[in-house]
Amino acid sequence: MIVEIGHFALVLALATAIIVSVLPVVGAYRRDASMMAVGTTGSLVMFGLVALSFASLTWAYVVSDFSVKNVWENSHSLMPMIYKYSGVWGNHEGSMMLWLLILVFFSALVAVFGRNIPDTLKANVLAVQAWISLAFLLFILLTSNPFTRLDPAPAEGQDLNPILQDFGLAIHPPLLYLGYVGFSVCFSFAVAALMEGRIDAAWARWVRPWTLAAWTFLTAGIAMGSYWAYYELGWGGWWFWDPVENASFMPWLAGTALLHSALVMEKREALKIWTVLLAIMTFSLSLLGTFLVRSGVLTSVHAFATDPSRGIFILCILAIFIGGAFMLFAWRAPTLKAGGLFAPISREGSLVLNNLILTVSTATVLTGTLYPLVLETLTGEKISVGAPFFNMTFGLLMLPLLIAAPFGPLLAWKRADLVGAFQRVWVFAGLALLIGLVLWYMQNGGPVLALFGLALGCWGMLGAVADLWYRGNFGKLPVMTSLRRLKGLPRSAWGTAIAHFGLGVTVIGIVAASAFSTEHVVEMKQGQTAQSGGYSLTFDGFREAVGPNFTEERGHFTVSSGGVAVADVWSSKRLYTARRMPTTEAGILTFGLSQLYVSLGDPMDGGGIVVRIWWKPLILCIWGGCLIMMIGGFVSLSDRRLRVGAPSRKAKPVKAVMEPAE
Amino acid sequence: MTRKQKRLAVIGGGMSFIIIAVFLVMFAFSQSVAYFFMPADLATANLQPGTRIRLGGLVEAGSVKRGQGSTVSFTVTDGSATVPVSYTGILPDLFREGQGVVTEGSFDAATHAFVADSVLAKHDENYMPKEVADRLKKDGVWEDGTGSGMAPAKGEGTPEAAKDAKGQVVGSTTP
Repeated sequence: MIVEIGHFALVLALATAIIVSVLPVVGAYRRDASMMAVGTTGSLVMFGLVALSFASLTWAYVVSDFSVKNVWENSHSLMPMIYKYSGVWGNHEGSMMLWLLILVFFSALVAVFGRNIPDTLKANVLAVQAWISLAFLLFILLTSNPFTRLDPAPAEGQDLNPILQDFGLAIHPPLLYLGYVGFSVCFSFAVAALMEGRIDAAWARWVRPWTLAAWTFLTAGIAMGSYWAYYELGWGGWWFWDPVENASFMPWLAGTALLHSALVMEKREALKIWTVLLAIMTFSLSLLGTFLVRSGVLTSVHAFATDPSRGIFILCILAIFIGGAFMLFAWRAPTLKAGGLFAPISREGSLVLNNLILTVSTATVLTGTLYPLVLETLTGEKISVGAPFFNMTFGLLMLPLLIAAPFGPLLAWKRADLVGAFQRVWVFAGLALLIGLVLWYMQNGGPVLALFGLALGCWGMLGAVADLWYRGNFGKLPVMTSLRRLKGLPRSAWGTAIAHFGLGVTVIGIVAASAFSTEHVVEMKQGQTAQSGGYSLTFDGFREAVGPNFTEERGHFTVSSGGVAVADVWSSKRLYTARRMPTTEAGILTFGLSQLYVSLGDPMDGGGIVVRIWWKPLILCIWGGCLIMMIGGFVSLSDRRLRVGAPSRKAKPVKAVMEPAE
Repeated sequence: MTRKQKRLAVIGGGMSFIIIAVFLVMFAFSQSVAYFFMPADLATANLQPGTRIRLGGLVEAGSVKRGQGSTVSFTVTDGSATVPVSYTGILPDLFREGQGVVTEGSFDAATHAFVADSVLAKHDENYMPKEVADRLKKDGVWEDGTGSGMAPAKGEGTPEAAKDAKGQVVGSTTP
């Protein structure tokens, strides 16, 4: 019964979406306040209905109602409760439900918090959101209905794919989707503004918090996914340039560019056309990612579905929204007036450079991701474009960005003095080089490129410190005055510094983990010892263990340093009983920011086992840096000027500018 | 500088960056793209030793031999031809005889044996990498869900053919 209510709520949401797609647009055109108000109410109703529908699906999972096909396929009565919840989105239908839920959640947020947005713009934004919701509601109801029943109901489910039974998976998709789908708001704002033919600095101010929020969640989602792959898949890598990873990484790159160009537009009214284009492109890349992942054209852990009709359906959604938005853009963009002037060497100039590098890198990643697909479709040849391609192209293209990033915040708007900026940061550049050298020495060895990379990471971190240092005017003013000045800095300036610092930390992690990690593959018998990263591991033998829905062979290792036992670690091979599927559970030991990673291979004749041991120095910096970037995002989001819905002094006059009819 | 000059400077700088990027992409494609082959293709392929390729097929039953330490050798077949492969490292959890596999590596110039540095497998009980499945289906060696031939028997009543899992790459994918 509850499942049918969920299904019915979804159909009602579809009906609501149709209403919200049409009435507010007509209302905005006719300046009819009551019709525009339908957008606000309708979006809230839609959110309520989809939430009800999602809750009923979750309920079916929680009580293990195997008469629902989706539950039967992806759940098991013995599965721990948390995975029953996360199993809801651990499959195609459920993850589309989550996609939709987050989409209407953002619409509802715009409806509630968008009070200081002009009525017509708000109505159009909500309508565009409803168009997207409508498309995905149709997709779910027509091709991926999660509420299909089975008759007779099976007694036991088929279990969730074991590698998805993990805490990381429980939180990775919601975070990722909050980012992915969050960019839909930017898209809707761009399309709505193009429909009105009116874009100015105020528009950028309304869009920036949404961009910032989406970006922050996407950062978290990608970092979480990367860490999950690292510890769950058991082969020690943290980024594979897998097409599915690229699918989430491309919106992140474009979103980062959008974040920076919206800043120029907000402050200087420049780069208007470009910013609108970026807003459209970012969400287009999100949609493209959804297509790549959900259509089954790629083989990946995320590709649950192999039904071709779904792929074609998403392709149609993709074509309609991306094509439509670009057509609207081509039609309206020439009417937008060019904004403020600036010299090439200026804050704007540096942000243009940032945008140039980020978009070109996005294009590179896109090329590498789509090329094999296109080639196979055209010629039938199958090729693989792997990590070497991306490391060479993306890695090199990112270098100038990492060098330039610390300069940006130090340059003045309009026109700046690069020599002056150099003079101010040379101490920090020197320090960065020195720390890079010391780190290199400590790891004794490693190629020169790695040394350069470490210095670059330190440069990113110290550059952020330098930014705060000069804003506080430390060294020229008394320390207390400087501290007061720092305290008085806008939160967005702090956010910038923190996020740039985090970028530096991540770069250090990537360089150190790539260049200095060591790997040993050894055959070990009980009592034998292997060396890695200055620690020795002794294999103590196996113990059988039984989990709720699996059995495992757990290998125990004692880790000692200089003859003294410092830690012990379990690494195991599991067999999930329902699917007869083996998985490897790596044993991971953390020493400071570095990790020892132990993974088991096949048993050998004579009682030995192949063991793979990695020493991964500073690897936690990769995700730690992402966490810092995220914090930077949140700090920036809490800036008074950006606080969504907060009555701000600046908003009023701006609103007056926006309101006159064209 | 006038407005026009500034714009030219920005456009010029941007274009040169884009051109560099395009050359980089083309160079990288020529360097690091691996083509996919099945054993029967190799006779006509005329490959230079040392060229990185992906080799896919089925692991021939009874061919897996463990050598010294963690070196493993096995034979990849597509029903008409076979290629011996050697690999050092840990095999994926689902590496089994008679099932599909994709290996990446190159032919050794001296021994003419295929040396793989990574073995790719899918983390699923319906163990069949896409490239391999496509070809084997075309050649009629293997069919979806029938459980016949060399294909693994599927769990009874599975309605969907493959809930794909992440391709697992084991081996040194050079960072």
